[in-house]
Amino acid sequence: MTTSTATPADTSTLLDVCKRIRRHIVEMTHAAQSGHPGGSLSATEIFAALYFGGVARHDPANPQWTRRDRVILSKGHATPVVYATLAEAGYFDRDLISSFRTLGTELQGHVVRNKPPGVEMSGGALGMGLSFAVGIALGHQLDGLPDDEGQIFVVVGDGELNEGQNWEAIMSASHFGLHRITAILDRNHFQNDGPGDEIMRIDPVGNKWAAFGWGVQHVDGHDVEAVRDALLSARARSDAPQVVICETVKGRGVSFMAENPAGWHGKGPSDEQLAQALEEIEAGLS
Amino acid sequence: MTSPRPAALPTPPPAATREAYGPALVKLADAGCDIVALDADLSASTGGNKLAASHPDRWFTVGAAEQNMISIAAGLASTGKTVYAASFAVFMPGHCFDQIRVQIAQQRMNVKLIASHGGISVGEDGASAQAIEDLALMTSLPGMNVVVPSDAVEADWAIRRAAEDDEPWYIRLGRPKLPIIHLDESISRFDLGHAENIREGDDLTLIACGLMVEPTIRAADALAQEGIGARVLNMASIKPLDEEEVIMAAQQTGAIVCAEEHNVIGGLGSAVARTLARHCPVPMEQVGIEDRFGQSGPWQALLQEYGLTAESVVAAAKRALARK
Repeated sequence: MTTSTATPADTSTLLDVCKRIRRHIVEMTHAAQSGHPGGSLSATEIFAALYFGGVARHDPANPQWTRRDRVILSKGHATPVVYATLAEAGYFDRDLISSFRTLGTELQGHVVRNKPPGVEMSGGALGMGLSFAVGIALGHQLDGLPDDEGQIFVVVGDGELNEGQNWEAIMSASHFGLHRITAILDRNHFQNDGPGDEIMRIDPVGNKWAAFGWGVQHVDGHDVEAVRDALLSARARSDAPQVVICETVKGRGVSFMAENPAGWHGKGPSDEQLAQALEEIEAGLS
Repeated sequence: MTSPRPAALPTPPPAATREAYGPALVKLADAGCDIVALDADLSASTGGNKLAASHPDRWFTVGAAEQNMISIAAGLASTGKTVYAASFAVFMPGHCFDQIRVQIAQQRMNVKLIASHGGISVGEDGASAQAIEDLALMTSLPGMNVVVPSDAVEADWAIRRAAEDDEPWYIRLGRPKLPIIHLDESISRFDLGHAENIREGDDLTLIACGLMVEPTIRAADALAQEGIGARVLNMASIKPLDEEEVIMAAQQTGAIVCAEEHNVIGGLGSAVARTLARHCPVPMEQVGIEDRFGQSGPWQALLQEYGLTAESVVAAAKRALARK
């Protein structure tokens, strides 16, 4: 079986995908009047690059394809960006997006494995994604998958790195030589209670990762081509696990969120704010 | 499955339930079962090192990192493996309950949690090493099967039975060497959700699990000396609970005693009480740890100190009978 992402999107298409994802994010958090728009907007280019930039090999028509790459949201509250991306990629009907966080929906507040198909891991309790990836990589190794198949991309938050389990996983991934794992750090500098540097400093985060034996790249997380290129380069490495540190802005693309990221960690915009947000996203003011 | 031992052998020496784990893993791997086993720096004590010796590609140690181990187990299971993860009951679930909750139970992963050194019979290591609350944590998780074998033979059956389905299991094993109860095939084999009727009796029913089964049988012998007919049920499967057998026991004998090496809150007694309250309320008494932590001491002395003895079961039986 071949992969379904044979034709990566060109630049203008990638930029358009980012706009569409951002639109879904503000619309679904507006409809639910809850959810996590800030940390979804910061990760928009990451998800666009993964699913539309030819990075992750996947098949929306066959989500259980055994040789697929797996994209794991470890910062499991950023569901809006995941659902928006999966809908745009064809995993489910875009009309379902409006059911976000309602009773009976598959689009739960925090990620639930296989709901909808394409979601690889249940999360919401922070710090578990990298360990889960270590398990997948060990399984792939036992099954003798070729080096360039079954890659695992794990999107982690910078606040999430406060959780000690991440460092257990980072230590074990390099100990086991699991080059299939690429961590993607959404370095948006804000966590639930405020600026990360004030709550719990993680810098020099790249040096820490390097000290644990990982390959490290730094990239502008809102330059979708740069993100794509960094991920493709990480994907091609077969010597050590890789991390791509994406410098981002929490709430990117919506001025009042980006200017007050601590206020937009976990709430939905009002009617007026939605209108303004959609206007700004359309204009690409970010 | 075949019998682990032919019938009518001489009485085997005492063995710890934890001693069944390593050999059971090796049997599963030898049989071609697609298992992977994980340890967290306690593999000599859990017995996981036996698989490491015989099938090194099927075993990983993650160091002293139980949270990492559980999420790794879930990831491995997501690739189609049957995963066993072993540690001490104080660390698993104690150190990694959230990972078990979200990644094993909510995701319904094919992971078998093998918790050695359950209860206060760990002995000299003291309170921090003695799990008295693990069954409460594990039975409260939707979809989690919870099993406490009574001897090494039953432990072997349960560990291998777990590989026959793709559900999450928690199997609690123990450190001390215990007499073998399951001596031959005349005694029914372990199965999930089924009580084992060890002794018939009409006056009351004694329900026990784990290391309390053997003293409970002795308690039934002592009660028989006084003309009291005590039914004995080995309830290794705490969840799912054999409610039918519990209700029948209540209807037919009219009084129940539960005995377990666990806090009286949240373990076997709680599960049985819930069934009785809904279906057939009869006098019930509990033998267990009365809501206090453990301490250092030889394990037999600790069982005495905490009232986990045949004598305690006899006394509880008489209290229950007096309330009939």
